[in-house]
Amino acid sequence: MSETVAVIDYGMGNLHSVASALGKVCDQQVLVSSDPAEIARADRVIFPGVGAIGDCMGEIKRLGVDTLLREQIASGKPVLGICVGMQALMSHSAESGNTTCLDVLSGNVEFFGHQLKGDQGEVLKVPHMGWNQVHHNDHPLWADIAQDSRFYFVHSYYVQSTNTEQVMASCHYGVSFAAAVGRSNLFAVQFHPEKSHTAGLQLLHNFVRWNGQS
Amino acid sequence: MGLAKRIIPCLDVDNGRVVKGVQFVDIRDAGDPVEIAKRYNEAGADEITFLDITASHQGRDTTVHTVERIASEVFIPLTVGGGIRSNDDIRRMLNAGADKVGINSAAVHNPDFVKAASDRFGAQCIVVAIDAKQVSGAGEPLRWEIFTHGGRKPTGIDAIEWAARMSEYGAGEILLTSMDRDGTKNGFDLPLTSAITAAVPIPVIASGGVGNLQHLVDGVTDGHADAVLAASIFHFGEYTVAEAKAYMQERGIEVRL
Repeated sequence: MSETVAVIDYGMGNLHSVASALGKVCDQQVLVSSDPAEIARADRVIFPGVGAIGDCMGEIKRLGVDTLLREQIASGKPVLGICVGMQALMSHSAESGNTTCLDVLSGNVEFFGHQLKGDQGEVLKVPHMGWNQVHHNDHPLWADIAQDSRFYFVHSYYVQSTNTEQVMASCHYGVSFAAAVGRSNLFAVQFHPEKSHTAGLQLLHNFVRWNGQS
Repeated sequence: MGLAKRIIPCLDVDNGRVVKGVQFVDIRDAGDPVEIAKRYNEAGADEITFLDITASHQGRDTTVHTVERIASEVFIPLTVGGGIRSNDDIRRMLNAGADKVGINSAAVHNPDFVKAASDRFGAQCIVVAIDAKQVSGAGEPLRWEIFTHGGRKPTGIDAIEWAARMSEYGAGEILLTSMDRDGTKNGFDLPLTSAITAAVPIPVIASGGVGNLQHLVDGVTDGHADAVLAASIFHFGEYTVAEAKAYMQERGIEVRL
């Protein structure tokens, strides 16, 4: 039987793009699913998310995705969080009037602010939208991705990790922030690999072949 | 080093085919939107904007189907505009694979729609498209107003005030088109572009008038745009996206190569 990748569908965001990008990089069966049993049977799990963190956490709790996700992570199978999915894995977010998150990884989610300044003192636009450089470590998910490659970001809040060992990549936009975090079989990215052309597809290619060990 | 300025080819689509009119009158045919989008994806475009110019008159099923086909083959951000009037329209386009939607006339008719859309789907996918035209005469302080219906209908709304208001209402980005320059190949309206970029904290895409690569550079350095949009210079093979990026980089602009 071929392996399967489940993309958790909890009503937040367009999962079509993630699914078609996965279809481009592997022959594995890709399931966009909200069925806990189906997700539990999958070999790998993707936890996406867009929109406001308060709405996302609301749906995550309402649908029991929090318990499901914790079980998937504990099982040792590879899990990939994307964008707000990554933010939801942290302890706490400043968005939506302060939101308690899943606290699976150490750190908080902060607002870029209305007075964000660049290195030359220029005012930086928020959201951070577009292609920025990602400085990565030697985790297997970065295989065949050149150092400082550009990935597509769109976000107004960023992850500030409190555990440097969990930072898998960093990015700079007025402040330095975590572009990717993870531990053991869990990996999460702030950018959108499914929208990041060659480098993004390579990361997804690496994920669907990853055994969950760093 | 930091965030790259974006180059965004725009596909004006009429009845399933890409077209680009000169000031919306003399329309030429530049082919199949899916093939063109794929070509731009491979050529290094940073995003693609798909503007359905028939949306107000015809059924939208063709558009939805085209968006689905583009999204399954193109792995860069895709914005779809034209005829977006309700949260249902937005949901349909996002489900078809669009990453962002452009809202234009519907925002003018009902500004609260932008608020509702941003609350529901997040600011990251709400682009407010502004068609502006200079209304000040010679010797007067520069002033631009919003026009709808492809530049035919004045609204009396000041363009700078409108952009600031749309940003406050939850737009994640402004797509700014100069109706005076669109199709002329004389370059962006730089005073308009810099006035709008200074007025809003969100990214601004400059559009309308690109005829050569220096115009793209001017849009960033003088207009302070975060992204530059062009159609005909790319569609008809006058320049490639790679040539545009190389030209901008040589002039000190950070781009994704």
